[in-house]
Amino acid sequence: MLDKHAIFEKHGWLLSIAILVTVSIGGIIEIAPLFYLESTIEKVEGMRPYSPLELAGRNVYVREGCYLCHSQQIRPLRDEVERYGHYSLAAESMYDHPFQWGSKRTGPDLARVGGKYSDAWHLQHLIDPRSVVPESVMPPYGFLERNTIDLDRLALDLKANRAVGVPYTDEMIEKAASDASTQTDPFSADYDAFLARYPKAQIRDFDGNEGAITEMDALIAYLQVLGTMVDFEKYQPEENYR
Amino acid sequence: MAENEIDEHSGIETTGHSWDGIKELNNPLPRWWVITWYICIVFSIIYMILMPAWPGIHSYTKGLRNHSERANVAAAMADLEAGRNVTLKKLLVVRSVGDIEQDPDLLQLSMAAGASLFGDNCATCHGSGGQGFSGYPNLIDDDWLWGGTFAAIQQTLQHGVRADDPEARIGVMLAYGRDGMLPREQVSDLVEYVTSLSGGEADAQAIARATPVFAQTCASCHGADGKGNQTLGAPNLTDGIWLYGGERQNIHETLQNGRGGVMPAWTTRLSDEQIVALAVYVHSLGGGE
Repeated sequence: MLDKHAIFEKHGWLLSIAILVTVSIGGIIEIAPLFYLESTIEKVEGMRPYSPLELAGRNVYVREGCYLCHSQQIRPLRDEVERYGHYSLAAESMYDHPFQWGSKRTGPDLARVGGKYSDAWHLQHLIDPRSVVPESVMPPYGFLERNTIDLDRLALDLKANRAVGVPYTDEMIEKAASDASTQTDPFSADYDAFLARYPKAQIRDFDGNEGAITEMDALIAYLQVLGTMVDFEKYQPEENYR
Repeated sequence: MAENEIDEHSGIETTGHSWDGIKELNNPLPRWWVITWYICIVFSIIYMILMPAWPGIHSYTKGLRNHSERANVAAAMADLEAGRNVTLKKLLVVRSVGDIEQDPDLLQLSMAAGASLFGDNCATCHGSGGQGFSGYPNLIDDDWLWGGTFAAIQQTLQHGVRADDPEARIGVMLAYGRDGMLPREQVSDLVEYVTSLSGGEADAQAIARATPVFAQTCASCHGADGKGNQTLGAPNLTDGIWLYGGERQNIHETLQNGRGGVMPAWTTRLSDEQIVALAVYVHSLGGGE
């Protein structure tokens, strides 16, 4: 038996296959079960796919590399729960492709930043971070105010997300562009239909510039929804101990 | 297995491999390495028995220790709460600053808790010392938009200002210029009038023209004398303290585009006793009434 290794040493392809099999054992045992185990994603109420505007904001978040300095995962540790709120659930990132958990906290965790600050604060802070937080090292993102959102592309973003499993309906995709406008206009005729599609979505002009739907609108809409979807009154933590 | 040749220089067995006459010695692995390896194997078996390890069809092996990070943090938070029940929860009886001044322990407790809560939640807008920024009220002076009593501060903290809360404080400075409620000339005249209210030098003719406009349009919230109204959050225009700046261009922008800063409602994030601690802390910053 022990001298059979000569076979592997003499046949490169056999060695390659054997390496592949050996290495994949770790993945098969550690990763694959997460895709079928019922306990991976908690059962929660309130999670919905991002609205088109929030999704556009999320794209800005990813494009600008916000995840390099901000995490979006509150770990189940006392000091983190004390500071940021309930620890993050897997369910809260189930519509994130890819997730934005991050691994570096130069800035604070953003998993539950939604509702913590006003839109005006976010706007001022993104334009000039040091005007409100003097010790901040965050770069300014004032240019987002000048970039308008390409509304026609939003339907494609929704479609791409549906292709990887986010339950966007045909109606949502069809209305993607107009839904983004609706979310920035509290007087829109489509207000109720939009809220039926995206329950509890916040509808207002996020960047204080009513003329245009900008990347600033989108990013603030995204930041204001972070960590606010799950209804923790109905969440049963004991049933989801891991 | 054929008997391998012994190397004549080192006396160690060779592997039998030979390349161009160069032979490979069959040295054993170092003993410390082999022992460490066996220890790791034993450790991993013990770990698999004690801790969650193997996936199954519907669930996974929980391990003998039944370990759960989430259960641990829940227990840690419950501990924290239990501790607070005997300390911070006492603050729930506080109805006024008078209550707390009677009790030095309670005062010390709420100041300590308030300071740390302020640093985490409030300082981002109101500044680390409560000095405020343009658009975010200064909390260390005695000028209050919505009242500076303990109860008023507590209510502002609980329900916010123009926040997503049914009991939020609501008051709006309308966009008189932008929305066409006042013609441009009247907006300019009002800038002069408002500048004069706090003792600034202003065009007397413009003031005369603006006086009836102020009485008709502005006085309902800011008062006939411009001293403001805390039930509406209308600022005092006579004290020279400005939330959005007191230069003519700032006043003009306020009249033109309106103002409506938002303070979030904190009941969803902070507990009742934490809000009491914060109210005591903010009240103590300098201007509490």
